Amino acid sequence: MPHLFIFLSCFLQIRFILIQNRAGKTRLAKWYMQFDDDEKQKLIEEVHAVVTVRDAKHTNFVEFRNFKIIYRRYAGLYFCICVDVTDNNLAYLEGIHNFVEVLNEYFHNVCELDLVFNFYKVYTVVDEMFLAGEIRETSQTKVLKQLLMLQSLE
Amino acid sequence: MPAVSKGDGMRGLAVFISDIRNCKSKEAEIKRINKELANIRSKFKGDKALDGYSKKKYVCKLLFIFLLGHDIDFGHMEAVNLLSSNKYTEKQIGYLFISVLVNSNSDLIRLINNGIKNDLASRNPTFMNLALHCIANVGSREMAEAFASEIPRVLVARDTMDSVKQSAALCLLRLNRTSPDLVPMGEWTARVVHLLNDQHLGVVTAATSLITTLAQKNPDDFKTSVSLAVARLSRIVTSASIDLQDYTYYFVAAPWLSVKLLRLLQCYPPPEDAALRSRLTECLETILNKAQEPPKSKKVQHSNAKNAVLFEAIALIIHHDSEPTLLVRACNQLGQFLQHRETNLRYLALESMCTLASSEFSHEAVKTHMETVINALKTERDVSVRQRAVDLLYAMCDRSNAKQIVAEMLSYLETADYSIREEIVLKVAILAEKYAVDYTWYVDTILNLIRIAGDYVSEEVWYRVIQIVINRDDVQGYAAKTVFEALQAPACHENLVKVGGYILGEFGNLIAGDSRSSPLVQFNLLHSKFHLCSVPTRALLLSAYIKFINLFPEVKATIQDVLRSDSQLRNADVELQQRAVEYLRLSCIASTDILATVLEEMPPFPERESSILAKLKKKKGPGKLPDMDDSRRSVNGSTDSTHSFTDVLNLNSAPSSGANLLIDVFSESSAPPAATDVSEENFPRFVCKNNGVIYENQLLQIGLKSEYRQNLGRMYVFYGNKTSTQFLSFSSSVSSSDLNVHSKAVDPVIEGGAQMQQILNIECVSDFSDAPVLNIQFRYGGALQNIAVKLPVMLNKFFQPTEMMSQDFFQRWKQLGAPQQEVQKIFKAKHPMDTEVAKAKVKRHKSLCRDSVSQRLCELLSEQF
Repeated sequence: MPHLFIFLSCFLQIRFILIQNRAGKTRLAKWYMQFDDDEKQKLIEEVHAVVTVRDAKHTNFVEFRNFKIIYRRYAGLYFCICVDVTDNNLAYLEGIHNFVEVLNEYFHNVCELDLVFNFYKVYTVVDEMFLAGEIRETSQTKVLKQLLMLQSLE
Repeated sequence: MPAVSKGDGMRGLAVFISDIRNCKSKEAEIKRINKELANIRSKFKGDKALDGYSKKKYVCKLLFIFLLGHDIDFGHMEAVNLLSSNKYTEKQIGYLFISVLVNSNSDLIRLINNGIKNDLASRNPTFMNLALHCIANVGSREMAEAFASEIPRVLVARDTMDSVKQSAALCLLRLNRTSPDLVPMGEWTARVVHLLNDQHLGVVTAATSLITTLAQKNPDDFKTSVSLAVARLSRIVTSASIDLQDYTYYFVAAPWLSVKLLRLLQCYPPPEDAALRSRLTECLETILNKAQEPPKSKKVQHSNAKNAVLFEAIALIIHHDSEPTLLVRACNQLGQFLQHRETNLRYLALESMCTLASSEFSHEAVKTHMETVINALKTERDVSVRQRAVDLLYAMCDRSNAKQIVAEMLSYLETADYSIREEIVLKVAILAEKYAVDYTWYVDTILNLIRIAGDYVSEEVWYRVIQIVINRDDVQGYAAKTVFEALQAPACHENLVKVGGYILGEFGNLIAGDSRSSPLVQFNLLHSKFHLCSVPTRALLLSAYIKFINLFPEVKATIQDVLRSDSQLRNADVELQQRAVEYLRLSCIASTDILATVLEEMPPFPERESSILAKLKKKKGPGKLPDMDDSRRSVNGSTDSTHSFTDVLNLNSAPSSGANLLIDVFSESSAPPAATDVSEENFPRFVCKNNGVIYENQLLQIGLKSEYRQNLGRMYVFYGNKTSTQFLSFSSSVSSSDLNVHSKAVDPVIEGGAQMQQILNIECVSDFSDAPVLNIQFRYGGALQNIAVKLPVMLNKFFQPTEMMSQDFFQRWKQLGAPQQEVQKIFKAKHPMDTEVAKAKVKRHKSLCRDSVSQRLCELLSEQF
């Protein structure tokens, strides 16, 4: 029988993940969509501008261009995930927290400097938990086990 | 001091980073970086081959420099070389560099692909993952070409390690997004679906994401995933926390996986199988129940995780829109959240309830929360939460509460954030029109809009009120009176002057009897605003003045004096000057009869769709606007349910005051249409039909009537002169690259208001893709007009049907299975589709079909909705 294909809009999930400090310095930028270097810079600046003016009375979600940003502040760092408008806000909010808890465990009470000096390792952590714009692994136990194993390799 | 692990030291890197951080100025930083770049360059070029450790260190430094924001134009080769190391730390840096600094050099690409290939084949899960992650991060076409067929194999192979499966699944997902044509899913479908049963929940998580994406394009292929997803979800929500230890997050069982499974289920309609459907319903009820139980932890992580699952479950309930009890329960749960102390939850509840409002099962339940939502509008401190409240009020609005909701929105508008005012204005305008039983209320509302937020009242809104007033005799007097009163305000918005000027110009006579609004008073009122207004408004007022001269001879002299003044006759603006001069002249030389004819009352506007809705959709973007119920009120007030939102009023054809009049009376003023663009606006409409209007502007209408037989076609082209002045030197020609088109010559003159026919004979000699273009030229007034229109002659016009039995047809269809014989084009619809409307249309069409094949196709189509 011939099939008729009905195409529902296919949404990319995570567009990018950013860790920025209050001054606007980027500590991690992970992109899941093609952007020029100029566009990336512009996005970084815009995100920073948008999240740093918000405080406790605001939600942790901001409409941003055609997407939305789920963010949370941890001490001097803003962790931002840019997702599609139909995505689950709370799932990503906790996705961020899950990621932060892993970083915290891996770097033993993580601070901003850890992310600076070990920037290449932060990418490894990210790739364990997020890949291709999707959540990849959520078990902290499993992620940490894997990271420690990789740590031991030459 | 940050811990520097024992494994890879890279002290040199740490020192370099410290140096950069210690730089006191931007210049110092650049100096330090350049020094390092020079050092690295020399090391890379040096005679001595670098050892792996050093290479890794320098490539890492380069990466760091790049991430600081400086361009790096070397190092790619060395990074690629690192891929062939057998040390993880070196490979990792190599892959990282490549992923971040993607290079399109084809030699490098070949080498990278080689490195990836080796790692994929290495059977070392760590290396395999590095390779897979690189493909997933870069996702280039070359990588897809090289690996798209290999990855599914890795994914489903029995000896693949769990973590590799996770990465393979998501890698495949990436490739499917960027190069879907290269990813052959066919034979792997069943095995991929089976991954939902994997005992490693990380694998299930990744697989669910993959299946969800694939199912959106080919839902039928992945239908079997529904029962597996329901089973999985059921096991998760009913599990004791001890079962899913690794995946329990703050006492919530596998929240992210649950959310993903619920998302997957949203790709499908409610299950047909009764047992499955009831199992799913049980699942959803369990999730709703859990929300009512006392929380296992006070931590916000616990409630967020739990509510993440809850909101996604509600989204599924709304998507299915089939279980009234679930919908009402969802609504009640959301109602509770509306008053939660956490802003996030109030926001999400408002947002979610918006979609609930459009379901017939829960619409009434949603309305019960109106007071809470109104209160939110007044008290919420985050503007985005207030916006959701506005959206919800808009969505829950119906005849029973329209007046109250519009009043609340107007009151909110007075203090609303500037960034959202335009949207609120549009919404109020739509609601006022849609639910107006009494059009005086509508007029009041629009005038209030102008008063409160005049700057944000776009043209579409005030054009609309004019259209409605023109078309409804019963509200004309009221409109004139109200507008007159509103204009008395010392400072009124220019949009009010526009509306007022137009309405008084048309209907000022209805209130002229009262001495407080006598003609002279009206004129003075309008003219008192004249000097405060911009040029377009003044132009409109001048037209109102000439209308007054027609309506009220007693003020003719006064108005003529105004027109005669130097500030009008010598006005720097051409349009104003022209109008003043010509109106003045008209008032002097035209007899009362002619004047009355020229300035006759505006005729009713033809039924059109409101462009306000189109503007709102454009503002909100896709997916954000709650569906309003389908029946739209046309300008004439009758409910018109056959119009879809896609037919919207082209703004350019909304009449500006009197402009049409001017074209008719004065010959020099029309602006010629764009000469060089080929119009193909209406072209798509003719794919399936042969008759209709192919082009229209203010002067000319071109209609077509075509018939085709075998390879010959005959097209009758009708040129209609919409003006009252002759078209002179009329000529038309057809240019075609592929077809033979013969046209008979046309008369060079088309009288005003007349129509002329031209016959085109078309011969198709081979297949073609370019449509012929009709080129028209004529003189109107003094100006030369040039129009080019694409003629809707497409290949399908020359198709001929063949009769055959349905078995034969399907047999032949199945034979066309080879890859080069199949083409599928997937594109986004320009306008959102309302599934109910589409479903109804298909059902209607099915009843019109005579043959079983078409009927079956219609059935299949309607099932998809």
